[in-house]
Amino acid sequence: MTGLTNMASGDVAAEGLMVKAEQVCKNFGHVQVLKGIDLEVQQGEVMCVVGPSGSGKSTFLRCINHLEKVDAGRLWVDGHLVGYRQRGDKLYELREKEVAAQRRDIGMVFQRFNLFPHMTALQNVMEAPMLVKGESKDAAKARAEQLMERVGLSDRMGNYPSQLSGGQQQRVAIARALAMQPKLMLFDEPTSALDPELVGEVLDVMRDLAREGMTMVVVTHEMGFAREVGDSLVFMDGGVVVEQGVPREVLANPQHARTQAFLSKVL
Amino acid sequence: MSAGQTETRTGAIKAVPVRHPGRWVAAVAVAVLAAMLVNNLVTNEAYNWAEQLKYLFAPAVLEATFNTIWLTVAAMVGGVILGILLALMRLSANPLLRGAAWLYIWVFRGTPLFTQLLIWGNIGALFPTLGLGIPFGPQFVTAQTNALYSAAAAAALGLVFNEAAYMAEIVRGGIQSVDAGQQEAASALGLTRVQTLRRIILPQAMRVIAPPTGNEAISMLKNTSLVVAVPFVELTFTVQNIYSHTYQIIPMLVMACIWYLFLSSLMMIGQHYLERHYGKGYAR
Repeated sequence: MTGLTNMASGDVAAEGLMVKAEQVCKNFGHVQVLKGIDLEVQQGEVMCVVGPSGSGKSTFLRCINHLEKVDAGRLWVDGHLVGYRQRGDKLYELREKEVAAQRRDIGMVFQRFNLFPHMTALQNVMEAPMLVKGESKDAAKARAEQLMERVGLSDRMGNYPSQLSGGQQQRVAIARALAMQPKLMLFDEPTSALDPELVGEVLDVMRDLAREGMTMVVVTHEMGFAREVGDSLVFMDGGVVVEQGVPREVLANPQHARTQAFLSKVL
Repeated sequence: MSAGQTETRTGAIKAVPVRHPGRWVAAVAVAVLAAMLVNNLVTNEAYNWAEQLKYLFAPAVLEATFNTIWLTVAAMVGGVILGILLALMRLSANPLLRGAAWLYIWVFRGTPLFTQLLIWGNIGALFPTLGLGIPFGPQFVTAQTNALYSAAAAAALGLVFNEAAYMAEIVRGGIQSVDAGQQEAASALGLTRVQTLRRIILPQAMRVIAPPTGNEAISMLKNTSLVVAVPFVELTFTVQNIYSHTYQIIPMLVMACIWYLFLSSLMMIGQHYLERHYGKGYAR
């Protein structure tokens, strides 16, 4: 990550990995939502995270880009400790600007799209490169147009989000995240708020992205997508990773009773 | 069932509409009242329209109207800026800032504007000198308050400080109306808090802030008449001066109302365009 140096010895352990989580814990008040998550995501890997609601999968995803503060454990992205700087045994909270700089390299797509409603689709995609990276309007516009074409919406660039269908909005949201040229993409149930017939167009875009080698962590209920596109599948329940492995094997032959119970309901 | 009945069932409906006799009664009553009003405006000589026309563009009236306009503009601009600041303090994580903003709003919203303006007019009695220096320590420069201070400044400050308390609550409501997902999406893209506020949150909050702010501006236009408490010369004060020697009380007050109506109509047009601008992207 540009301009940031981590001098901690722990970082060596995370080298070569896009995401490394070590005993990550998160509490909301007295409720422990994450109870020690250990996970590793390789460069170019597509990891799908499934599990019942309240299992902590979205919270874990939000910890990766520091939208939620980790309460215990360590989390690295691309070899850099997320949200903190370690000097010796002491952790220092990163300043707001440094956190923002870390987030530049991590794209995120939300369940409810969260497009900026006062901007056109194209402006949504142009905004962050111009504000955060200081790109010229022309450069930002040129790439935004390319990205809109890539997600199949070159005819919708001047529309406001309220004039787009859910599937179109989510594709704009993906283009908006890609405009920052991230190394890692996080998807938080990207198709859960969509009408069934619109799910496919969003999954198609994600499938293309995976094919191009993007590292992705996808929280989803789409087992078909996980089986077809995922390199690994993680099943979470009650704030822990219950089972993980190759999607096809986990889905066909779950080892743990809780995984079996969950999959028998959703498949 | 005959063939004709089936035909009518599938064709367009031609039904006898419901009668509304109450509406007719009310409409007639309103029409009579309107006719009485017009008759009164034309035949009642106490309006003395000629006298009004004589003073409508008189230099003293124009100057006073100009004062009313700039006081309104200054009070609203200052009130909005200070109001945004207070709203951000109210939403701050720091309890001291939150408390200070709450106290400010409590004082300025909880006391009458007229009374506040009287105090601003007599501020020299409260703070005889103004100085620049270290709090509780030595002063580098000091000056007599009354030397620095004019009636115009007292009037403008009084209106600004009062308006800020109301604007703070309007702005706070606007900011809180913006979906929390917007902040998250902006953060996830790497925008800083200030960038998020300026580019994402405030433009959306403006959609909610603009209509009540328009109301505030129109209220402010009329509240400027209270700066007579300072005292500062504006439209109402000036027409009072005029009728105190012409004794044409009603004509002068009606004339002032005509000016106020004209100005507030202009503001309503401005408000319409402002709301349209900030409503971009929202289907109605």
